[in-house]
Amino acid sequence: MELIFKWEWLPQLGRGLLLTVELTAACISIGAVLGLLIAIARLYARGPIYWLASAYVQFFRGTPLLVQLFMVHFGLAGWGIRLTPLLSGIIAMGLNTAAYQAEYFRGAIQAVKRGQTMAALSLGMTRGQTIQHVIVPQALRLVLPAWSNELVYMLKYTSIVYLIGLPDLMGIGRTIASNNFRFFEIYAVVALIYLALVLIITFGLRLVEAAIRVPGLGTARQ
Amino acid sequence: MALLVVEDLHKRYGKEEVLRGVSFTLERGETKVIIGPSGTGKSTLLRCINRLTEPDRGRIWLNGEEITSRRTNIYKIRAQIGFVFQDFNLFTHLTALDNVRLGLIRVKRMPRREATERAMRELARVGLADKANAYPAQLSGGQQQRVSIARALAMDPKLILFDEPTSALDPELIGEVLQVMIELAEAGMTMLVVTHEMGFARSVADEIIFMEKGVIVEQGPPEVLFTNPKVPRTAEFLRKITEFYGESS
Amino acid sequence: MTASDWQGLLKGVPSLLGGLGINLQILLGLVTLGFLVGIVIALIQVYGPRPLATLAVGYEWFFRGVPEMVLLLLIYYGLRQFHVPITPFIAAVVALGLRSSAYQSQIFRGAIQAVGSRQMMAALSVGMTRLQAIRHVILPQALRLSIPPWSNEFSSVLKDTTLASAIGVIEVFKRARFIIGRQYGLALPAFMLVALFFLVLTYMGNWILGALERRYRIPGFEAKGTGERF
Repeated sequence: MELIFKWEWLPQLGRGLLLTVELTAACISIGAVLGLLIAIARLYARGPIYWLASAYVQFFRGTPLLVQLFMVHFGLAGWGIRLTPLLSGIIAMGLNTAAYQAEYFRGAIQAVKRGQTMAALSLGMTRGQTIQHVIVPQALRLVLPAWSNELVYMLKYTSIVYLIGLPDLMGIGRTIASNNFRFFEIYAVVALIYLALVLIITFGLRLVEAAIRVPGLGTARQ
Repeated sequence: MALLVVEDLHKRYGKEEVLRGVSFTLERGETKVIIGPSGTGKSTLLRCINRLTEPDRGRIWLNGEEITSRRTNIYKIRAQIGFVFQDFNLFTHLTALDNVRLGLIRVKRMPRREATERAMRELARVGLADKANAYPAQLSGGQQQRVSIARALAMDPKLILFDEPTSALDPELIGEVLQVMIELAEAGMTMLVVTHEMGFARSVADEIIFMEKGVIVEQGPPEVLFTNPKVPRTAEFLRKITEFYGESS
Repeated sequence: MTASDWQGLLKGVPSLLGGLGINLQILLGLVTLGFLVGIVIALIQVYGPRPLATLAVGYEWFFRGVPEMVLLLLIYYGLRQFHVPITPFIAAVVALGLRSSAYQSQIFRGAIQAVGSRQMMAALSVGMTRLQAIRHVILPQALRLSIPPWSNEFSSVLKDTTLASAIGVIEVFKRARFIIGRQYGLALPAFMLVALFFLVLTYMGNWILGALERRYRIPGFEAKGTGERF
């Protein structure tokens, strides 16, 4: 059993890595904004908006991301909506993570104590001001641990976009592997690169958590 | 006309009728203390006055303006009524200074510098200027309650409602909060206080309102109520509560 | 959709359902593997000797940090490269099962720690061995506590079975792609149908697990799910 790895493969993998990071950043940001709005809709809206937001969460959490990705990329094309693979990837993954993030935000908002709302209202703040200045700033701190998990999850899950032709870390790895018939070596290196990224993200977010930590608010990590 | 007029207030939660027709008035500069057994609608009454809870029936006027009218901008009204909660409810994510400043900046649209100066003045007034940058979790219960009083004061309220402001405090911390409240009364602030502190009621209140089961049983100056109540039930309650809490404060 | 589209979709349903059966088989395999390995890893982490416990932590960390897709390709093509005659189906069960074992071990570890060392001491004090204590006192409690977070993991791996298509397992998603290959107009409806299947399965799974939790509930002994995505 002989292992072969050529150093010239690394820069190629590096380009893929860049795309993976960009894709993760894009979809996680879209998901954060959309997720927060959905969470607020699920908590404070009534009637059609509430139902729509709930159905959204049910659908995107209850069906495979792979199917969602293909629906956006190939399904919409059937309706004449042709998206580039990159756009399809960003949209599908952004919509998916929005559903999960919405649930984290919702939990965190519910964890903000009722007295906080009462106090804000008693000062003459409107509902909107209360949500913006009191509830959301506290909820964002509470949500951070769950949110870091989601970021790691999405980073890993971007590896499916090679199936619609994107040259991300996984995609480039696959190309090199099949061109050289060195599957084990390449995929092992790819795995290690993902591991390193996960490690960096996890520790980076712990630093952020520590930096914005307020005494008496939020949960210490176990 | 009195600063605050409450007329025939009713509120029910499901089957339970918490307020069954409460009426009273409060003059400018007056301090009234509401006493009565737990669960008789005292807190609900306070929350109805700034409509944190919507009353089912009855009307309330502040300074001649009807609070309970649909057309009233309730946010403007609430900004004029301070509210001090039993468990303080300081904004957990903000420092003492920011807690006091938030309403000034967001509700009164005061420039930041001016708001900071004003907030610092109020913190100094409750003796906590040195704690301006502390977070609520870093303050004792008594200190937190004093910050929450400063937060109410900063809004220049016409009236402050106190909902059992010392009930959540350890006995040794009650004094500092009552001290601040006494100073406020002396400075002419209009206050409506729900409390079990009979010493405070006796020495500071202009008038005492005894409530039970959603109605006002008796009201009058402390010396009359404490020494010579008209209704036997009042005497019984006062005897019990004095046994229970003492009259230390 | 045209009439022929509808017909095509209808004709594809049996094939899709057959594919779904493969997904369920993968699911059964990977959940069983993940459960057994997960429990062992969790027990080693809590009760094992130091070096072994550290190793178990490393195991969990590795399989939580590497993408499912990479694991699938690594195990399938990696082993084939060394002439190990592994089938795509087995590779899928092993790859997804090992990944799941890492997540499940985290669930079980949390539950075992939540049961607490006092229960262990109490068990030892009546003369049980450590293994007896784990078997008869700790695990029965820990497994009950594990059900809510475990249902999160369950619905997550259920959906992940579609990833097996990437190494050539002909499951429901792959079958949908075949149908679309023949009739491109069916892309959206076929994927929608697959999505619907998974929605139904997710609901059924959650319902069964909810019933299981109620069945084994002990008064005064409840735990809330963490709600996290495992």
